[in-house]
Amino acid sequence: MEANAQELPATMLPRPFRITRVRRELSDVFTWELEPADGGAPLTYAPGQFNMLYLDGIGEVPISISGDPTGEWLVHTIRAVGAVTDLLQKLRKGDEIGLRGPFGVGWPVVEAEGSDVLIVAGGLGLAPLRPAIYHVLANRARYGSVGIYYGARTPADLLFRKELERWRGRFDLYVEATVDAADTTWAGRVGVVPKLIDRQVHRFDPESSVALICGPEVMMRFTVAKLRECGVPDAQQYVSMERNMHCAVGLCGHCQLGPEFICKDGPVFPFDRIAPVFHAREL
Amino acid sequence: METLKPIDELLDEHPFFAGMEDGPRKFIAGCGRNEVFHAGDYLFREGDPADRFFLIRHGSVALELHVPGREPLVVDTLQSGEIAGWSWLLPPHKWANDARATTLVRAISLDGTCLRGKCEEDHSVGYEVFKRFIPVIAGRLSAVRMQLMDVYGTPQKKR
Repeated sequence: MEANAQELPATMLPRPFRITRVRRELSDVFTWELEPADGGAPLTYAPGQFNMLYLDGIGEVPISISGDPTGEWLVHTIRAVGAVTDLLQKLRKGDEIGLRGPFGVGWPVVEAEGSDVLIVAGGLGLAPLRPAIYHVLANRARYGSVGIYYGARTPADLLFRKELERWRGRFDLYVEATVDAADTTWAGRVGVVPKLIDRQVHRFDPESSVALICGPEVMMRFTVAKLRECGVPDAQQYVSMERNMHCAVGLCGHCQLGPEFICKDGPVFPFDRIAPVFHAREL
Repeated sequence: METLKPIDELLDEHPFFAGMEDGPRKFIAGCGRNEVFHAGDYLFREGDPADRFFLIRHGSVALELHVPGREPLVVDTLQSGEIAGWSWLLPPHKWANDARATTLVRAISLDGTCLRGKCEEDHSVGYEVFKRFIPVIAGRLSAVRMQLMDVYGTPQKKR
């Protein structure tokens, strides 16, 4: 058994990580801060990458990294939506999990330097985009206009609300949020994300803009269509895809989407590359 | 001091009338008037006669649905540059929801009876008006479909 474990490539062997902080974000969403429990070096990663979180004897789930790439802690924001994540939700500060990663291709934050940047998120899709936001804000002078456009189900479902409000207070950033429905106490916008873009696109030069998009696929579909209508080329629109990822290294084929393995070739793709299979109902 | 602009000039500044030639726009301007609503005022309420529509010049308007025994539900918000109301186009010309100003709102209202009359009188004007309304209606329909999908809700497994 020991010999077999030593033969496994590092990417297949979970490292122990300890939960140093748990923060409740929404009724079914929580954020962990993690540190290595093996005394090894902290994980370095690029915005948009993900880790496989492993619960001994239960299973493993792919979860995007949602923290600051230059920060002290490794941060994951997780929705309790299945057997593994339901149990992850019950873990507390000091508990340990297994972690493999980081995996995948992230957001093109370096390639986007010099461009206007539209960051478009829906629901929990703000979590994988947050590292990119931190990076862009930490290197603000390298980018043109920057806007964050976020949609959620209701005002109570707005993720990272305090942070959104703080970002909104900056003079070098446009931040707009909208919800699908609200009661009359909500003073913000109601409507869908593409409508936000419609209202804000005049702040950007579409031809030289880069859009980073993450959310439910339906939301991304409508967003891509709106950005295309506004003149942002498909090659400059990046979407983060989600499929049933198991091995995370492109071996098992569970997350294969046409010619692409979401875990290895993605999860972030320029839309022109993924477009041929994006609308395929069979995949 | 702000100079009061003629309605035709205000129409010309509003995105809804972008690209419309002077002739039809001036013809339509006779149906318009300036309106101001304070936060909390209703531009219209469900069931009332839909005798006009609004070009929002400034401010924000919430479209609300009322369900007995429940809090009103805001289903859309409209901003400057958008229009509020198309029930004036279709019989029985009754508003299908409420529209409430959430901030100070400055708008131009166009009288529905007057505008329908002008559209009948000159069908090319009617075409210009309908050509502008259809994308607005299609956009709202598309948005409502997205909202109905509840895309941000907890994902359900495919059966």
